[in-house]
Amino acid sequence: MENAIEIKSVSKKYKDFHIEDLSFSVKKGFVTGFIGANGAGKSTTIKLIMNLIKKEKGNINIFGLDNQQYERDIKDRIGFVFDDNVFYEELSIKEMKNLVAPTYTHWDEELFRSYLEKFELPTRLKIKKMSKGMKMKTSLAFALSHHADLIIMDEPTSGLDPVFRREILEILYDLMQDETKTVFFSTHITTDLDKIADYIVFLQNGTLIFHKEYHAIAEEYGIVKGSNDLLDQRSPKEFVSIRKTSMGFEALSKNIKETESLYGDKVVIEKPSLEDIMYFTKRGKAHV
Amino acid sequence: MQIIISNNSKQPIYEQISKQIKQFILKGILQEGTSLPSIRSLAKDLQVSVITTKRAYEELEREGFIYSLVGKGSFVSAQNETLLKERQHRVVEEKLLEVIEICKDLNVSKDELNKMVAILYKVDDE
Repeated sequence: MENAIEIKSVSKKYKDFHIEDLSFSVKKGFVTGFIGANGAGKSTTIKLIMNLIKKEKGNINIFGLDNQQYERDIKDRIGFVFDDNVFYEELSIKEMKNLVAPTYTHWDEELFRSYLEKFELPTRLKIKKMSKGMKMKTSLAFALSHHADLIIMDEPTSGLDPVFRREILEILYDLMQDETKTVFFSTHITTDLDKIADYIVFLQNGTLIFHKEYHAIAEEYGIVKGSNDLLDQRSPKEFVSIRKTSMGFEALSKNIKETESLYGDKVVIEKPSLEDIMYFTKRGKAHV
Repeated sequence: MQIIISNNSKQPIYEQISKQIKQFILKGILQEGTSLPSIRSLAKDLQVSVITTKRAYEELEREGFIYSLVGKGSFVSAQNETLLKERQHRVVEEKLLEVIEICKDLNVSKDELNKMVAILYKVDDE
């Protein structure tokens, strides 16, 4: 079984938003980053994977098993970190643990304690009294303490300072030493992905824009800069979007080889950041 | 063996890694049979993704510098003297071809190039 998660032709409709015919997979043994603007459908997709909301069509398999039929077995092997608080706000970490720990086959009390210490979390403070960062750390400590094969995180680094974000990366690197582990996480802070992501899944308006190996992105996409008179003729079809000012233009090309052969030395082509790609894709064809 | 990578370089990170390991092998710092760090631990140390180090090793393997044994890891291949020499030459030849290309573009003759090489080589020796 090569994929930890397989999503096939999944649809989910809301009044003002829908995911339609979404298919992608998350490769076992690797880190996959999940990006997209606000409202792209990232959280909805993650909720569908976790079977927290019901899909209307399609299949979702986790560890090769149907995520509804085998929900219990699957969730025993998933560490889940959610942006919204999933805890009972009135409880403390200690009380919450007494509730959660028995539900996992492989709960590791010692490991849990080491995370609490590492994250400097108070065990007796009511969760509702915690800061956003503390809540996120609590959520992480729970997710990492039952030897899960798959870690799914929704915006785990939002609300966290750079120091702790680095610590999370370290924890993920440690986890990935085991080639049977898989990490899938959504984020706005795309620089977190630059260091660790093997694959990127990019969603927009409930549709998959791409699912690529991280490095392949830089081999295909590029930021193109040049003077405006180059655009006098029709702009090339490989341009996703163009930003024009009186000083020249800046565009995202999704085929830098084409762009190079078209313009040669007349333009500067730079490696795009994931943010660049998100920004230009969101602006879209209206600006070409 | 120490590897230094730059995130600001135009050269892809996997290429920076494979190139530096290649240098270690060509210079004889890494000898035949030496085991290389696993792709996962190297990724952790360099703070790069697993797929990056995997690709670097795949490249080295394809070029015959290392070999991998399932479940055991990756090792430096036997570097036969003549083969090694040949590889070292190939590295230089590739660079020279670039230079020759430029010379042709700029109408610099073979004699002129030879003279330049002779002078520069001497200067560097001193």
